[in-house]
Amino acid sequence: MKNQYKMKGDTPLNKECPQLKYKKYLLFLLVVIADGFLWYYYPDRGVSAITSAADYLIEMLLFIPPIFVLVGLLDVWVPRKIVEKHVGPESGIKGIIISILVATAAAGPLYAGFPVAYALLKKGCRMANAVIFLGTWATIKIPMLMMEIKFMGLSFALLRLVLTLPAIIITGYLLEKLLAGQPQAEVPPAEHV
Amino acid sequence: MFNAALFILAAVALIVSWRKDREKTGKALQIAKKQFFNLLPSMLGIIGLIGLMLALVPREVIAGFFGNDSPLGILVISLIGSITLIPAFIGFPLGASLIAAGASVTAVACFLTTVLMVGVVTAPMEIELFGKRFTIWRNAAGLVTALAIGIIMGAIL
Repeated sequence: MKNQYKMKGDTPLNKECPQLKYKKYLLFLLVVIADGFLWYYYPDRGVSAITSAADYLIEMLLFIPPIFVLVGLLDVWVPRKIVEKHVGPESGIKGIIISILVATAAAGPLYAGFPVAYALLKKGCRMANAVIFLGTWATIKIPMLMMEIKFMGLSFALLRLVLTLPAIIITGYLLEKLLAGQPQAEVPPAEHV
Repeated sequence: MFNAALFILAAVALIVSWRKDREKTGKALQIAKKQFFNLLPSMLGIIGLIGLMLALVPREVIAGFFGNDSPLGILVISLIGSITLIPAFIGFPLGASLIAAGASVTAVACFLTTVLMVGVVTAPMEIELFGKRFTIWRNAAGLVTALAIGIIMGAIL
C-alpha cells in the first residue's frame, strides 16, 4: 500500500477511466462544430460566442500558470505521511485539523483523492477523518480558493469556505456514525486497488 | 492587480523552494505541467460552452429559471452540478458567467458546491474503494449540504 502515496494525480484509477479523458476532448470538438454552424448560419451570434469564449480563455491563461505552480509546490512540500500518524481512532480535533490541512495542499481532482483516503483507512485512520480528508480534498484547495476569489469575489469565496468547513466536519462524524455497524466490512481488500 | 500578486507569490514560492530543494521543485513543476495539460481539453470545451451559452441562451431564460430562487431551478442546477464532471478550476469561471447571465447567488453556490462535493460519474470508483453505503451517504450528504450552503449564501449575499 505504500506506493499509494507516490501516485498523486497519476493513479491507476485514472487510467482505468479512459472514457473520462475521451469525453473531455469530445466536448471541445462538439463546441467547435457548434461554433462553426452558428457562425455559418448566424454570423453575429457565432462571432459573439467565439469572442466571449476567447476572452475567458485569455483571462484564464493569464493567471492559471502561477496557480498551477502553487498547486505543484504545495503538493510536494506538504507531507501526506504526517496524516497517518495523527488520524487514528482516538484522534480528536488534531486529527480533523491535520486531515484538513494536508488535503487543502494536495493536487488533483476528487477521484485522485480516493486512493489516498483509502490508504489512510487501511492504515487505521478513523472513518470521520477519512471523510473529512476527502471532503476537503474536493472542496477546499488553496489555489482553488484564489480562483474562486478572482471569479466569484472575495465575500462569495470566504462565505462558502466558512460554511463548507463545518459541513465537511459534520459529514465526517455523521458518516462514521452511520457506517459504524460495519467499520471495515465494506472496504474490500487491498488487492482490489 | 490580482494577477500581479499571484505571479509574485508563485515566483517567490518557487525561488524559496528551489533554494531549499531542487529535486522537489522540479517535481512540483512537473505536477504543475501535468495538471495544466490534463485540464486543457476540458477547459477549452467548457469555455467554448460558456461562449455558446452567452451567445445563444437569452439572459431572460437563465434569469427566469435560475434567477428567482425557485425550488425547482435550484434542484435542477444542483443535479446538473452533481452529474457533470467539471474540474474545479473551470467551475468558477462558469459560475461567474452564470451570475453574469442572471442566475442567482443561491443557484450558483449550489451548483459550485455540488460540482465539487458530489460525484455521480466518479461514484463507481468510490464504490469500488469504499463500498456502496459509504458512497451513497457521502454523496447524499454532499447534495444536502450544498443545498443548505447555497440557500444560506443567497440569504446573506
